[in-house]
Parts: sequence; structure tokens; C-alpha cells
Amino acid sequence: MQKLKNAIPSLSLLAFLIALWWVVVMQTDSLIFPTPLQVVTGTMELAADGTLWEHIGSSLFRVGCGFLAAVLVAVPMGLWMGRVDAAYRTLNPIFQIMRPISPIAWIPLAILWFGIGEVSPIFLIFIAAVFPMIVQTASGVHTIERRYLHAAENFGVSRATLFRRVILPAVLPEIVVGMRIGLGVAWLVVVAAEMIALYSGLGYLIIDSRNAGNRYDLVIAAMIIIGIIGLMLDGLMRLLEELKSVRWRYGR
Amino acid sequence: MDGKIVVRQIKKKFGSGPAALPVVGGVSLSIADGEFVAIVGPSGCGKSTLMKIMSGFEQPDQGEVLIDGVRTTRPSPKGIVISQHGSVFPWLTVQQNLMFGLNGDGHGDKAALADHYAAMVGLKGFENSYPRELSGGMLKRVEIARALVVKPEILYMDEPFSALDALMSLRMRTELLRILEEERHTVLLITHDVEEAIYLADRIMVLSPRPTTIQATFSVTQEHPRKLSSPELQQLKEAILTELGM
Repeated sequence: MQKLKNAIPSLSLLAFLIALWWVVVMQTDSLIFPTPLQVVTGTMELAADGTLWEHIGSSLFRVGCGFLAAVLVAVPMGLWMGRVDAAYRTLNPIFQIMRPISPIAWIPLAILWFGIGEVSPIFLIFIAAVFPMIVQTASGVHTIERRYLHAAENFGVSRATLFRRVILPAVLPEIVVGMRIGLGVAWLVVVAAEMIALYSGLGYLIIDSRNAGNRYDLVIAAMIIIGIIGLMLDGLMRLLEELKSVRWRYGR
Repeated sequence: MDGKIVVRQIKKKFGSGPAALPVVGGVSLSIADGEFVAIVGPSGCGKSTLMKIMSGFEQPDQGEVLIDGVRTTRPSPKGIVISQHGSVFPWLTVQQNLMFGLNGDGHGDKAALADHYAAMVGLKGFENSYPRELSGGMLKRVEIARALVVKPEILYMDEPFSALDALMSLRMRTELLRILEEERHTVLLITHDVEEAIYLADRIMVLSPRPTTIQATFSVTQEHPRKLSSPELQQLKEAILTELGM
């Protein structure tokens, strides 16, 4: 009930903006810009003939593959860099330079290497997600408090136990934060990546709707769906933060 | 000199060159097996550094530490450190924390052993709690129990109770004596609390300001439980405080 009450201001603002949009479109007699109703009917159309689900499905599939590959590379790499100073000193400057390069800038190279197909967008998502996760994981290892490492050293545990019982659980909250950031940028990038000629995906839907007869109702529908799915993915990652093995990081 | 712990002419500087800060200026001492020794000294005098060297976490510039006659340069489960800030792993439950040091076989039923020690420090019923669900005093008990489980021969305690409130710290003193009654350990306690030292220790060493040396040694022979208000102990307290320049 309280949650509902808290949502009232933002829901009212949303309703107001939709109303404003509607009024402005009606007043200006725009031929191209759709009203909210047209967006809804356009969406229903796509949902009815099944293409909407196809687009959503292929976008999620690409994000899933690219993100998973990024996790599999970034977590071990980050842990290694966090533990071995020589690895950190060697690799960190390179990753710090690669990280600010927008994944969009990689598009020409992706096309050159992988052509137009499924691999290119997955590669771009991988590139987008892998660097923030490496950096976050490595800094997580660096911020493990010395008193915990000292205690482990004092008890003379094996390297395997040290890793499994101390380092990994200590870094897990940072890894989850990195995954949340990584999935966020992955979702940003999939849409951009799909704008270069493919046959499906929400990004493709946007470009295709514009090219094929100015269907701006579908452009806006796709934008809204992208926003909602992005929010849901973030919510999914927040659920990970609620796990007991991660909660310890967030105070008493 | 023979004893459980023998320290020979330890010196330690921080930094190097002419700007180096001498911290420990030649300390020698010997602690017998099963003895409880307290070290008191003004803050910043290097008592923590001395203990880090004795427990193997830091290396002296000169001198050596012998435990059971063997030169020691690294920490080992033979002597467990209990520090002021605590190092109970927040991501493990109480029981998992207590089982942490029980690596390898030959401990029998590890969970049962952990639970035995949890009960011993008064944490029965909290075996599956996470540290964030416990109070400061309970966390300290977990830390002590985790050390005791591995049956260390030596306990190094660096101001173990100073982060607790006054009442809890009094309570923990009594608890510690009760636990040590059950299992005799050699204990080295670093503290700035003279009364705590008098209440617990068999011998009290007073350190000088930096670079620190042993300035005076007092024996406490009264039976436990000691009454701090007794004239002898009050006199002892006065004497120690005088050494500390009060």
C-alpha cells in the first residue's frame, strides 16, 4: 500500500506527459508523429502477428550470449588481476584505455571481422560488458580488508580454501555490482548494434519501421519496450543483490 | 633463556635512511608455557608492532623470536591473533567461521567441534546466524571461539576488548578467565587498560615511549577472581601508573 502511495507522483507525471503528447499531436495535425493510441494499436498489431516476440527474443538472445561470455572472461580475469600485481600492472592500463571507447566505435571492426550476422552484435555486447566487469572485480579484490586476509594467513589455510572461503565471497558483492553495470550497457548496445542491417531485434525494428514507410508508431513502441525490458533486467540484477551471500556487504 | 616464547633483542624501524623512525628499540623477554603476560604502554609506543613481530606478521630489523626454541618468521595456527577490530568473516555464519581454521582431517566432526566452542563462549543457538545479526560483544566471542577451536598454543590479543562498551569489556574479562580455566593457553595481551592487565595477567610489562623498551615488570600473584579494590592491587596499579608517567 505504501509502495503504491510512493508511486503516485511518478505515475501522475507519466499520465500528464502522455496527455501532453496526445494534445500536442492533435493540435499540430501531425501526419507522421503518432498519438499514444496509434502506438498502442501498432504494438497490438505486432504482438498479434508474433513479430514483436521474435524481435524481443532475438535481442534478449544476443544480450544473453554476449553478457554470459563477458562474465566468463571478466570474473576470472578480474580475480587474477586483483591477486597478481604484475598482471594488474600490465593489463590495467590497456583495459583503462579500451573501456571508454564506445562499443559503437567497434561496429566497423565487428563488420570487418564477423560480417553481418549473429556474431557481430554478440561481439559488440561482449566488448561493452567485459571491461566494466573486469575493472569492478579487480578493484573488489583490492579492497578486501587486510584483517580478513591476515586471519586466513594466521589459520594457515590452503590456497584453495583461501580462494573459496575468503576471496571469492569477499568479492562477490563487487562482482554483482559489475554484472549489473555490465548488463545495463549490454542492453544499451544491443539496440545500437542491431541498427546495422540484421533481420530481427528491437534495434532492427526501429530502423526498419522508419525505412519501411515512416511507421513512427512502431519506432516509439519499440523505444518504450526497450525501456521496460531494460528496467526488468536491472530488477533481475537487484534480486541478486538480495542474496544472503551478497547482503553482508550492505550494513547490518 | 628458555620458555614458550623467547624474544631476543628485537629492533624495528619504520622507513629507511636518516628519516627512519625507530619504533622498537631492543626488547628481550621470555614467556613461560601457560603464562598470561600483559603488555601496557603509552599509545603509539610500538606495542602493536612488537606483537606483530612476535606473531610473525612483521619482520624485525634485528633480533629474533623463538617459539618452542624454533626461530619463527611467519604466522602459524600455533599462535592465533585476536585484534581490536576483529576479523570474523561477515560472509560466513558463526558455525562456518568457527570451522574455518579446521582444515585437513583429524578434527573429527568439525561441525560438532565448532558447536562445542560456540556453546563454551555462550553462543549456543546462534550457530547459523550471520555476524551482522550479532552485537559487538557476541562478535568478540565468535572471534575468541574461532581461535580456540584450532587449539592454538598461544593467543595474541591486541586490545581485544577496547572496541566494546565498558560494561561488556568487564564482562569479557571474566569470560576470558573462565575459558582459560578450561583450556590453558599461553597468552600475550596488549592493552592500554591497566586494570584489565591487573585483573587478567600473571605478569605485566610496562613499555617505554618510542623507541620502546621494557621499562618495568610486575608479577601479579593473587588468586582469581581478583578484587581490584584490594589494597595490594591498588598499590600495584599506582606503581604501574607511575611507571607510565601518571
